[in-house]
Amino acid sequence: MSRERSFNMIRTAVSMLVAILVAFVIILIVSDQPVESIKIFLVMPFSSGSYLGNIVETAVPLIFSGLAMAVMFKANLFNLGGEGIFFIAGAVGSFVAIWPKFPSVLAPLAAIVVGALVGMVVMMVPGGLKAKYGANEMVTSLMMNNILLGVGLYLLNNLLRDPGMASLVSYKYRKKALLANIVPGTRIHAGFLIAVLCAVLVYLFMYKSKWGYEIRMTGNNAKFASYSGINVAKVILIVHMVAGAIAGAGGIIECIGLHKRFEWTALPGYGFDGAMIAMLAGNNPLGVIGAAFFVSYLRIGADLVNRSSDIPTEMIAILQSIIILLISAERFLHKYRQRWIEKGEKK
Amino acid sequence: MNAFMKLIFTSDFFYSIFRVTTPLLFASMGAVLSDVAGVPNIALEGMMLIAAFAGMYFSYVFNSALMGLLFAVLFAVAAAAVMAFFTLYYKTNIILGGIAINSLASGGTIFFLYLVAHDKGTSVSLASKVLPNINIPLIGDIPILGPVISGHNVLTYVAVLAVLFTWYLLKKTPLGYHLRAVGEKKEAADSVGISVIKTQTIALLLSGLMCGFGGAFMSMGYVSWFSRDMISGRGWIALAAEAMGMQHPLGTAATSLLFGVADALSNAVATLGWPSDLVKTIPYCATLAGLAIFSIRAYRKNKNA
Repeated sequence: MSRERSFNMIRTAVSMLVAILVAFVIILIVSDQPVESIKIFLVMPFSSGSYLGNIVETAVPLIFSGLAMAVMFKANLFNLGGEGIFFIAGAVGSFVAIWPKFPSVLAPLAAIVVGALVGMVVMMVPGGLKAKYGANEMVTSLMMNNILLGVGLYLLNNLLRDPGMASLVSYKYRKKALLANIVPGTRIHAGFLIAVLCAVLVYLFMYKSKWGYEIRMTGNNAKFASYSGINVAKVILIVHMVAGAIAGAGGIIECIGLHKRFEWTALPGYGFDGAMIAMLAGNNPLGVIGAAFFVSYLRIGADLVNRSSDIPTEMIAILQSIIILLISAERFLHKYRQRWIEKGEKK
Repeated sequence: MNAFMKLIFTSDFFYSIFRVTTPLLFASMGAVLSDVAGVPNIALEGMMLIAAFAGMYFSYVFNSALMGLLFAVLFAVAAAAVMAFFTLYYKTNIILGGIAINSLASGGTIFFLYLVAHDKGTSVSLASKVLPNINIPLIGDIPILGPVISGHNVLTYVAVLAVLFTWYLLKKTPLGYHLRAVGEKKEAADSVGISVIKTQTIALLLSGLMCGFGGAFMSMGYVSWFSRDMISGRGWIALAAEAMGMQHPLGTAATSLLFGVADALSNAVATLGWPSDLVKTIPYCATLAGLAIFSIRAYRKNKNA
C-alpha cells in the first residue's frame, strides 16, 4: 500500500474520531447524565444481539445508497437523486409485492427487478440532460426528488392505500414477496446478502471491466478521457443507469425486507447519507460496506441515547457534516501528510 | 377551466406571486454573488433554513421581530463563514462543502427545534414574532394595482432592493469588479494584486447575507413559525434561476419571478380540488423544464457558434 493511501486512511480515521468527540461535546452540553449517555452511545450498540441486529439492518439501505453515490462520485458527478429513487422504486415495487402471484423465490426477485428498473429509468432524466446538454445534474436531480415524492404519494393515496387502515399505508405485501429473515432473533433479512453481493459486483464493474475503467478515467479528467477516445456522454449515461438501478433496488429491498406494507410518507433521507458513506469509503465499493456499518453504529448509538436521555437522534446530522467537511478538506492535516510520505521514501 | 381563469385573474393571485417570489429573489441574488466570484454556493437551501430557525427562535427569546431578523442574518452569515473557511482555507471541494452545510442545516435545525420546543415538526408552541407588512400610502389606494404591490411584508420590498443592490454592486463598484475578475480568471486577478481568497470569502459572506434575509422571511413573514425543511427546495430553485438568468442580477430576478408564478399557481389551484400530491410538484416541474429548455438552447447555440 502506498504511503499516500495509508495517509488518507489515517485522515479518515481522524475525521471519524473528531465526529465522535463532537458527539461527546454535544452530549456533555445537553444531557443531564453525560457520562452515562456517552457510555450508552459508545458501548450499548454492542451489548446485545438485538442491537447488533439493528446495526446490520440499518446498514443495508446505507450500503445501497453509498454504492450509488460512490459510482457517481467516481465519475465526478454530483447527483443527489438517490433519495427520490429510493422512494419511487419502493412505491412502484410495492405494486409487484402486493398483487401478482409469483411463486416463492420469484416474488421478491420480481419486486427488486422492477424497483431497479424504475430507478434506472428515472435516473435517465437527469443523466440524459447532463450527458446530452450539460444540464447541472445536482439541481435537476434535486428537483426530481421533490417530483418523485409527489408522484409516489399520489400512487400511495390513490392506488396503494389500504382503506382499512387509519394511517396512510399500502395494502399488505404478500407473504411470499417478503425477503426471508436470515438470523433468527433479529430482523436481519436476505437484503443484507444482496447488498454485500451488490458491493462486490460494483467493485468488479468499476475495477475489472472496460466500462468501469472508462468511468474512472472520465472522473479523473473528462477532457483527457474525451481526447483519448472515450465517449464521455455514454459514460455519464451508464453511470446514471447503474446508480439508479442500485438505489432503486435498495429502495424496494428496504420495503420488502423490513416492512409489511409501503409506509413511507416522506423522503427516507438516504440520499445525503449515501454521499457521506461514499466519501468515508473513498468511493471504494467494498469500503462502502464498512462505512455503512460505521454510520449505522452511530445511528443506533444515537437512537439509544435518545431513548434514555432526550437527545434527538438528529445529532447524527451534525456529526455527518463534520465528517464530510473534514474528509474532503485537502489541507486538513496536510502538514503531517508531507512528513508521513517523506518518511516512507527514506525506508 | 373557467374556475381556473377566475382564480388567476385576481389581485390576490398577483399579490401572492410577489409573496412567494420574495425568498427566491434573495436566494438567487445569493447565488449570483457567489457564482460570479467563482465559488458556487449550493448551500443556499441550508443557509436559509438556518436563518429561518434562528429568526424564529431569537424573535421568541427577545420578543422582538427585529432581533429575530438580526440573528437570522447573523447565523446565515456564520454558516457562510464556516463554508468559506473550509472551502477556501482547508480546500474542501466547494460542492461537498455545500452538501455538508445543507445536511447540517436539515438535521441541526430539527435537533435544536426539539431542544427548544420539544417537537420535531413545527415551532408553533413558541410565540415567535413576524415582521410587519407595509402599506404604501397613495399607491395602496390605486384600484387593482394597489392591492397587488402594497401591503407586502417589509422583506418583500427589501428583496427588490436586494436585486438593485446586487446589480449596483457588481456593475458599478470596485468590489464588484474584483468579484467578477476573480470569477473570470483568478490567476489573472491574483497577478494584478487582488486577493482571491479574500474576495471569494466576501462573495460567500454576501451570499450568506442574502440567505439570511430569505430565511427570515420564511419563518417571520411567509408563515409565523418554523417547520422542518420549510425551505422545501427554494434554494435549489434559486440556483436554477441563476443559471437561466446567466448570472445577471436582473435576468436572474426575472427568471425567479417566473418560478414564483409557478409556485403561486400551485398554491392557487390547490383550492380547485386537483390531486394535491401532484399539484405540489408544479414549481419543481417548472424548474426542471426550465433548466432543460435552457440547457438545450445553450447547447444548440454552442454547436452553431
